[in-house]
Amino acid sequence: MSGQLLQQLVDGVLIGLVYSLVAIGLTLIWGVMNIVNFAHGDFLMVGMFASFWLYTLFHIDPLFSIPICFFGMFLLGMGIYRFIVRKVMKGPLLAQMVVTFGMSIFICNLAVYLWTPDFRLLPPTILQGTWQFRGIYFSIPKVVASAGSVIASGCVLLFLKKTNMGRAILATEMDRDAAVLMGINTDRINGLSFGIGAALVGVAGAFLSTYYYIYPQVGGLFGTIAFCVVALGGFGSVEGALIAGIFVGLAQTLGGFFFDPAYKYAIVFSIYLITIWIKPKGLLGW
Amino acid sequence: MRKVSTGQFIAGVTVLLLLIVFPFFVHHPIHLHVVILVLMFGMLGTAWNIIGGYAGMYSFGQVAFFGLGAYTSSYLSVNFGLNPWIGLLAGGCVAAAVAAAIGYPCSNLRGHYFSIATIAFAEIVRIVFNNWKRVGAAEGLTLPMDKPSFSHFLFNDSKQPYYYIILAFFLISLVVCYFVATSKMGYYFRAIKESHRVAEVMGVNVVLYRLIAVMISAFLCAMAGTFYAQYVLYIDPDSVMLLPFSVQIVLISMLGGAGSILGPAIGAAILIPASEYTRIALGAKGNGVDMLVYGFLIVVISMFYPEGVWSLISRIGRKKTRTSLHAADKAEAASAQR
Amino acid sequence: MNQAICLQVTGLTKQFGGLAANKDISFSVEQGEIVSIIGPNGAGKSTLFNCITGFYKPDAGKVQFFDRDITRMRSHKICKLGIARTFQIVEVVSEMTVLENVTTGALLHYGRIKPAMDKAAEILQFAGLYEKREFLGTELTIADKKRLEVSIALATRPRLLMLDEAMAGLTKVELRDFLGLLRKIRQNGITLVIVEHVMEAVMQISDRVTVLNSGRKIMEGTPKEVVSDREVIQAYLGEKYSAHFN
Repeated sequence: MSGQLLQQLVDGVLIGLVYSLVAIGLTLIWGVMNIVNFAHGDFLMVGMFASFWLYTLFHIDPLFSIPICFFGMFLLGMGIYRFIVRKVMKGPLLAQMVVTFGMSIFICNLAVYLWTPDFRLLPPTILQGTWQFRGIYFSIPKVVASAGSVIASGCVLLFLKKTNMGRAILATEMDRDAAVLMGINTDRINGLSFGIGAALVGVAGAFLSTYYYIYPQVGGLFGTIAFCVVALGGFGSVEGALIAGIFVGLAQTLGGFFFDPAYKYAIVFSIYLITIWIKPKGLLGW
Repeated sequence: MRKVSTGQFIAGVTVLLLLIVFPFFVHHPIHLHVVILVLMFGMLGTAWNIIGGYAGMYSFGQVAFFGLGAYTSSYLSVNFGLNPWIGLLAGGCVAAAVAAAIGYPCSNLRGHYFSIATIAFAEIVRIVFNNWKRVGAAEGLTLPMDKPSFSHFLFNDSKQPYYYIILAFFLISLVVCYFVATSKMGYYFRAIKESHRVAEVMGVNVVLYRLIAVMISAFLCAMAGTFYAQYVLYIDPDSVMLLPFSVQIVLISMLGGAGSILGPAIGAAILIPASEYTRIALGAKGNGVDMLVYGFLIVVISMFYPEGVWSLISRIGRKKTRTSLHAADKAEAASAQR
Repeated sequence: MNQAICLQVTGLTKQFGGLAANKDISFSVEQGEIVSIIGPNGAGKSTLFNCITGFYKPDAGKVQFFDRDITRMRSHKICKLGIARTFQIVEVVSEMTVLENVTTGALLHYGRIKPAMDKAAEILQFAGLYEKREFLGTELTIADKKRLEVSIALATRPRLLMLDEAMAGLTKVELRDFLGLLRKIRQNGITLVIVEHVMEAVMQISDRVTVLNSGRKIMEGTPKEVVSDREVIQAYLGEKYSAHFN
């Protein structure tokens, strides 16, 4: 296998794992509440900016600001659920979709207003540089981000399967009515899920900020890609998000490699469409 | 469909007359521009209504057809000198064909899955046009300003002719929507919206009717696209193929009342002036304040008026009030959970 | 008397992964009959239904409707040919009125709204729902929803009406009325095939009963014959109880 191709495979997996982390939060929200959070990409952006300002103002390295991002975004997510999402859940599906679009526009432009549309980049942090192995370049921040993504996914899975709270979430995801009958407070579960979903993507933002450009509109593309990942993995499935994320990452790098890098996202979306046509319930057919 | 009451009929005729005489009283280009946009988005909202409000296919990708219409007629006009009116029809056909091609494999997708597929589709179109040198890539196409005349769909001096053309287009879209809603198609669309299973046991060829819906909607969107191209004389992927444009179309329909013929028009009449004048007043600095207000408005509307203005209006006079979007979607959600 | 064979199912087989939901099932229904299909849960009744009506594609076997092979036909085409069905969980269009619902069904054979709506009104009179014709789908009771579902089915001009566990959840009075409606339907020349759990209904209305168990047909006969058959009792109640009945 040529070195170039191998490099694309590695990069694909690395970026794919980041997509997975972004998608896990989304899939949790979708699975539990049947809400597609179109503002998810903008939550990512908030996480990135949080990490940026924590470093710029308080010199906290992004890796150490992860817990802060986690809890901050968790509270933000629960707040948004409590005051906005909960109300529209009683309304029609269309309103549920549109409200998150509204939130997306609001959050994105709030960032423009507060911090200007400029592109920002963090200076290299603790873990930086490139590692070379048999001719393949591994960008350390990317590796750390991907490793972090895997660890976070593992933690989420453990949480969902082993803790009472987590199992309650899973139960609500699988059968809402049955969960209610079993005494699960689905409203609290909703808030929790939304909070965790936001927290996870906030963490993804913190990781991304170590090597990616930070600007208000960054959420758009990541958000759209995250939807594809979730839909491919099967909504509600954390394992599915992990696998589908890698799949999408590979589709992106290999697509750009074999065709034209300018069209790489078009290729990603095309592969998404083709997959969803053949397997409407996602890659894993959930 | 509910019969039109005398009061509603008189109101409708009055509004129509007002629209017709409007340009004679108001000359300021800004106000004319805003009303032109209102009419254009009213048309787009009505086109969306056919698939979204009636057939329950919530597309966030109609902007792609708008753009395809704009690009088709403009490309043919710039490179082959094709008359834009014929380009209009060509654009409509291209859009309808693409809609059928993409709609067919999506026949089984519903709800969120369908919406996301439409977003993916619209983005693909945008990215392709953004990189395709033949149609100008990111620089887009500039239309020539020579030969102003009606037959060339070009007027340099004033907005008035554009106003009447878009008014006519808007009325055409209303007529199409009315025809769809009060015909066999309308009943079938509403059955499809409820669930594919129900429609199939009623003998509806779900795949066929979904295709018809998307093709009609795409054609109308493309017509609006050609109009826009001839109006501003410059198009690029960022102005005619951007996702927020699609969201605006959906929002207008939702605000006014999806599933009713006049709903989107009312939504456009409220939302477009609100966003345009906000942009004029607050947006000049580029600091996003106007969009902040816009986003905030969207959230508030979705939370407190999800049924739209039209259902509020029509509730006056109907004994058993029901939320039209609501009931079907609850059934949908319930069946999705099974 | 030699009636035409309305429905002929031969060797129908349907697998889901490793599970054979329907194994080589064969039976036939004469025109004008009321045939019930019974069996314990998981016997494959609904799968059989879905295979016949075009919602599932059978893996093997043949389904013949009068003189047409409908084995791999799509459900809306089968509906057009003359087979109508209802669902276990009642499905009607919730945001349309009762009249509009039935009109939609009638539009299959009447291209224009006015004649379709007139026909729909007729059917509603027949089914006893005419007074409630302006009610929205969501505003009906379960019993009325079932009646509406049947009305919609009737509007598509079926020669065969298939009901999937239509009697579940009905009170004694509602059941009696519903059976009355079914008898009226049969009197109008429509053949009925019903999947049922409510044995009371099965006994009262069926000409013949077919019993399924674990994907296979285990018996066929008059209601009396079926109820005293040892294998049928064994299927429902287990080995222990069947020993008592001989």
